[in-house]
Amino acid sequence: MALIEVKNLEKTYSDGTRALRGVSFDVQEGEFVAIMGPSGSGKSTLLHMLGLLDTPTAGSYVLSGKSVENYSLDEVAHIRNTEMGFVFQMFNLLSRTNVFENVKLPLLYSTVPEGEWDSYAKKAVESVGLSHRIDHEPSQLSGGEKQRVAIARALITKPQIIFADEPTGNLDSKSGEMIMDILQKLHDEGHTVLLITHETHTAEHAERIIHIKDGAVDSDIVVGKRRRTNGSFTK
Amino acid sequence: MTTKHTFKTALVGLKTNKSRSALTILGIVIGITSIVLMMSIGQGAERLILDQVGALGGETIVIRPGQEPKGPSDIGNTLFADSLKIKDLEFLLKKQNVPELVRVMPAVIVPGSVSYRGETFRPTIFGSGNPEFWSENFNMFTEKGTIFDDQDIRDKKSVAVIGSKVKEELFGESDAVGEFIKIKGRKFRVVGVYKDQGQTSFFNINELVIIPYTTAQTYLLGIDYFHEIITEASSADVVARTVLDIETTMREAHGITDPDKDDFFVVTQQGVVEQIGTIIGALTVFLSSVVAIALVVAGVGVMNIMLVSVTERTKEIGLRKAVGATNGDILRQFLVEAMILTAVGGLIGIILGTTFSYVTAWALTNYANLEWTFAFPFFAAVLSLVVSTLVGLVFGLYPARKASQKSPIEALRYE
Repeated sequence: MALIEVKNLEKTYSDGTRALRGVSFDVQEGEFVAIMGPSGSGKSTLLHMLGLLDTPTAGSYVLSGKSVENYSLDEVAHIRNTEMGFVFQMFNLLSRTNVFENVKLPLLYSTVPEGEWDSYAKKAVESVGLSHRIDHEPSQLSGGEKQRVAIARALITKPQIIFADEPTGNLDSKSGEMIMDILQKLHDEGHTVLLITHETHTAEHAERIIHIKDGAVDSDIVVGKRRRTNGSFTK
Repeated sequence: MTTKHTFKTALVGLKTNKSRSALTILGIVIGITSIVLMMSIGQGAERLILDQVGALGGETIVIRPGQEPKGPSDIGNTLFADSLKIKDLEFLLKKQNVPELVRVMPAVIVPGSVSYRGETFRPTIFGSGNPEFWSENFNMFTEKGTIFDDQDIRDKKSVAVIGSKVKEELFGESDAVGEFIKIKGRKFRVVGVYKDQGQTSFFNINELVIIPYTTAQTYLLGIDYFHEIITEASSADVVARTVLDIETTMREAHGITDPDKDDFFVVTQQGVVEQIGTIIGALTVFLSSVVAIALVVAGVGVMNIMLVSVTERTKEIGLRKAVGATNGDILRQFLVEAMILTAVGGLIGIILGTTFSYVTAWALTNYANLEWTFAFPFFAAVLSLVVSTLVGLVFGLYPARKASQKSPIEALRYE
């Protein structure tokens, strides 16, 4: 059974824009998929649908064998909390809130007992190599560091799927590489990673590249596991 | 999210915008400060007035001329009425008419000033009958000399007993008893000086000049009626019955059959206490409604700033939803923020209002010589806290709902 199954997914916005015109594909558990396409192709819309941040106007989306249409709003929030982690292009950290508290944010809405929050957060911060920055606020961090905090936050509830929406879009190439290495490592650890990018060299980290064009799948190619080499991350 | 973390999150949200939070609650602070101050001062005033009225004693029954004033326009009827005459005293003093009446004292008030060798003072001049009334009801005893007696009243003697302030103003250190003071051009011999009483009643006893009512009527006012007749029942328990007896007797004396046509009315201390309570109560309600409007305006202010805050924090809302916050979590966060804001505003208002009313009480005691007692306005404090929190709840609801219904992607995209 596939982790994600979408069939004829459509999204038409209230202004009449048809962002998605029938997208269908499956994603297996543990896959590293890059979704590529020029801006305006509908790739971000697709990610929002998959991440349950928005609802499609037509088509079906089955997540872990269950159709998401049947979930209530609160159940959807719970799935986002426990099954999904998000990494955004703009980092979206809470300003004037330190790294530790930022990383802990999803736990506030989880069922994880409060006594374990600190150890969860420490582990998450450690895994992105920012233990020495724990008391810093976002304004004191570089772009790459901010994105690593965002990844730690996405990881903290140990979700099955990581959604990354242009995670390197606002970073220099060196920081971008580092972020991709971390995502690579997460994939190696068994996470399913869905990456949105318009940069070919970023997409090359993935095992499979889906091209979106004008709201539909243009191509869906398995590119192998050539970049999956070291699997370890060093700072 | 647990309640504890809802509060924590709300507090962090407020702390990160300290100056805005402070501005938001300014209206609430001012509103609650005025509520507490007003209620505290109202309570103090009521207590002060009731204490002083109570000093007159529950047995006292006052008969006034004219019709009982029902509103400000009726007061003239009382001031210029001339229906209380010497004949009424005779009727009232007949035992079979009003059996429980132990004392009847006619009184007239003389407007004007007194002078002695070029020194002038404007006291309260009472033309009084039955001079023991003053010692028995107000514990006023002479320091020097004596009070005049019934014979002086019958003889329309020009004698006066003066308060300590009057003595000091006119005579300074020198002796007053035996000297002549002038009231409206007529010479009065000072027969007694009262001890310093302090401010213990409506009128300052130290500023009183008491002369025989007969003298005042004949030589100073040229009238044959009284401004009031002060009577006393044998005990407070029989006041109600005595009032009825007095009314019957007075109607008989005035030949009145229809009580609606009474040309006098009877005032008891009980009645005065109730009236004052009603007046202060009405004033408090009136002022409270003004403050209530101010609080609504303050609430709209809170709502305004909360709406701005929700818009400003659209991204934060989106992020929280993306990482698993439910609509309810967001709603509660903003609602609790609004309620903490207004409750804190209420608390500050209670502290300020209490401080101000304490300072007011202190100033009134020390500078106005009033026996004003400060009491922590407990009821006002509890009410204020409840009201301000409710304001937060009511006016925070709309912004909080707006926040909770933001779609996560709209919120995340917001720049």
